[in-house]
Amino acid sequence: MSGGQSDGGTAPENEVRALRAKLPSAVLDVTEHLGHTYVSVPKAMIAEALLALRDGEPGYRMLSECLCVDYLDVTSGELLGGRSARFEVVYNLVSLGSEPGLTPATARRLFVKVAVPETDAVVPTVTGVHPGAAFPEREIYDMFGIRFEGHPDLRRLLMSDDWIGHPQRKDYPLGGERVQFPGGTYGPSVGERVVRHPGEGFFGATAGVTEPPTHVSGDR
Amino acid sequence: MAAQGIELDPVDESTLVLNMGPQHPSTHGVLRLILELDGETIVGVTPHIGYVHTGIEKEGEYQTYLKAVTITDRLDYVSAHINNLAFVLSVERLLGIEPPPRGKCLRVLLSEIQRMASHLVWLGTHALDIGAMTVFFYAFREREKLLDLTEMLSGVRLMPSWIVPGGLRADVPQGWLERCKAILDDLPRRCDEYEALLDQNPIWCERTQGVGVISGEECIALGVTGPSLRACGVRYDVRKAFPYSGFEDYDFGVPVGEHGDVNDRYRVRMAELRQSREIAKQAVERMPDGPVSVSDPKIVPPPRAELDRSMEAVIHHFKLWTEGFRPPAGEAYVPVESPKGELGFYVVSDGGACPWRMHLRSPSFMNLQALSRMCRGRLIADVVAIVGSLDIVLGEIDR
Repeated sequence: MSGGQSDGGTAPENEVRALRAKLPSAVLDVTEHLGHTYVSVPKAMIAEALLALRDGEPGYRMLSECLCVDYLDVTSGELLGGRSARFEVVYNLVSLGSEPGLTPATARRLFVKVAVPETDAVVPTVTGVHPGAAFPEREIYDMFGIRFEGHPDLRRLLMSDDWIGHPQRKDYPLGGERVQFPGGTYGPSVGERVVRHPGEGFFGATAGVTEPPTHVSGDR
Repeated sequence: MAAQGIELDPVDESTLVLNMGPQHPSTHGVLRLILELDGETIVGVTPHIGYVHTGIEKEGEYQTYLKAVTITDRLDYVSAHINNLAFVLSVERLLGIEPPPRGKCLRVLLSEIQRMASHLVWLGTHALDIGAMTVFFYAFREREKLLDLTEMLSGVRLMPSWIVPGGLRADVPQGWLERCKAILDDLPRRCDEYEALLDQNPIWCERTQGVGVISGEECIALGVTGPSLRACGVRYDVRKAFPYSGFEDYDFGVPVGEHGDVNDRYRVRMAELRQSREIAKQAVERMPDGPVSVSDPKIVPPPRAELDRSMEAVIHHFKLWTEGFRPPAGEAYVPVESPKGELGFYVVSDGGACPWRMHLRSPSFMNLQALSRMCRGRLIADVVAIVGSLDIVLGEIDR
């Protein structure tokens, strides 16, 4: 019983082939995974690749969104799965068919990925191709600290403008700030008591803390 | 221009900047809009969001998959079942499982009940914003009946977390389907009532027709989905385009508008209300017998009664709630059609017990980008009507 059965549309082989023909250096890798196709693109070419896909046949005219994943494993200091770059920005593209009238059977989805190393966390913006990327790119900038070159309005989106750090990074601890108590004493910050690795540390004891670490978020 | 020796940029005297919100009843949450005005005409709108950002995506990385379901309720808090379903479908894709037919059918039924409840909240509050107060009371009367169904099921009205990986927490109680059927049978009459209050109402027509117009092309470019996109005539519905949970087996239409204005968005949602009722009725009629969840005790906790009889059930229960289950490493994205548009969770697993990343593709978040385009050239008073017609929920925008 594979979950892939429930997906509509057909595999986007032709589009990938057309993209490879048009921009031979743009397609680094194509993988099929759990019913979806993922195309890896060098980050310098992302805007060109999305433009080629948008104007190709069938056109991937809608950028459903883009998102970022941080693959740093903070317990080992290594990148998950032997990856070479810490961040991955994923563009979720939808083709609604060639006509605006749209028949559902022709709808397709394609994921385009770019690897973004921590030392060079800059990606060209795709707002010129898909204006709808404006918010998601700002969110990624806010949450992961990846800058989108050429973005018309790259400011923080969800956190306040004076916030320090990028909360969705794996090395940014979950929870609150140091809280000042009367008499000039401070309660511990979550950074001092957080369990670092989400999968494993959840069950382990934390040094010097009796409270389960997942209950300490100071902002709720 | 120089003041006290400091050189200033020349002030653009033609426009006025006006702050609206974040505490404003018509923003349906905590949304702040910076309006740039030329007289009373809108030149530009800049939304400022993040006032109810609670770090739900981050929190999800510290919860087991079973527990993470409960925080998805808090995103779009007027359509919790559908949020649960979106997250659970992605997790099930990672696990490679599907619930049995009764589970799938109940999921469809719960989705559609939730969609109707959500559309009724929208209808009531949107009409209230524009000044039609009666509709609010009528719509909330029916919504309360639909929420009663969720309460009968789970004990709560808004945050059920009833859809879990592998199926549902439990089957529906006795008499639930009959109650459901009675409410569904009553609904078309109620929809007629709402429309009788609004359709011929000259104030309503004046406030909605030709207001907040946007084209289908612009919507697609901005990533707008859901009724706001369909009101422009683009027939994109995730239930049809990328069917899930057996939606391909149900007979229903995808209503579209033609003008892409506030009135068409209203009409599309009213038509969807009726279509949802059709789907729900089909689900009630064909409800298969059998279990609602997969029988894998490593994924679905055993029923409470079994804990008294079986040591094995106690062990499974304990292991599941303390350690959870570990889907194989990989990533999955299975979107659903929420009342607001395409809603999906991009879930990345590292093979551990908690999601490595749990990203929400939030329809309200993307739809909000169209606001500036819709408001441009309209009057200040129209902003309220246009924001209302987008049907945004700040819980899922700010996360």
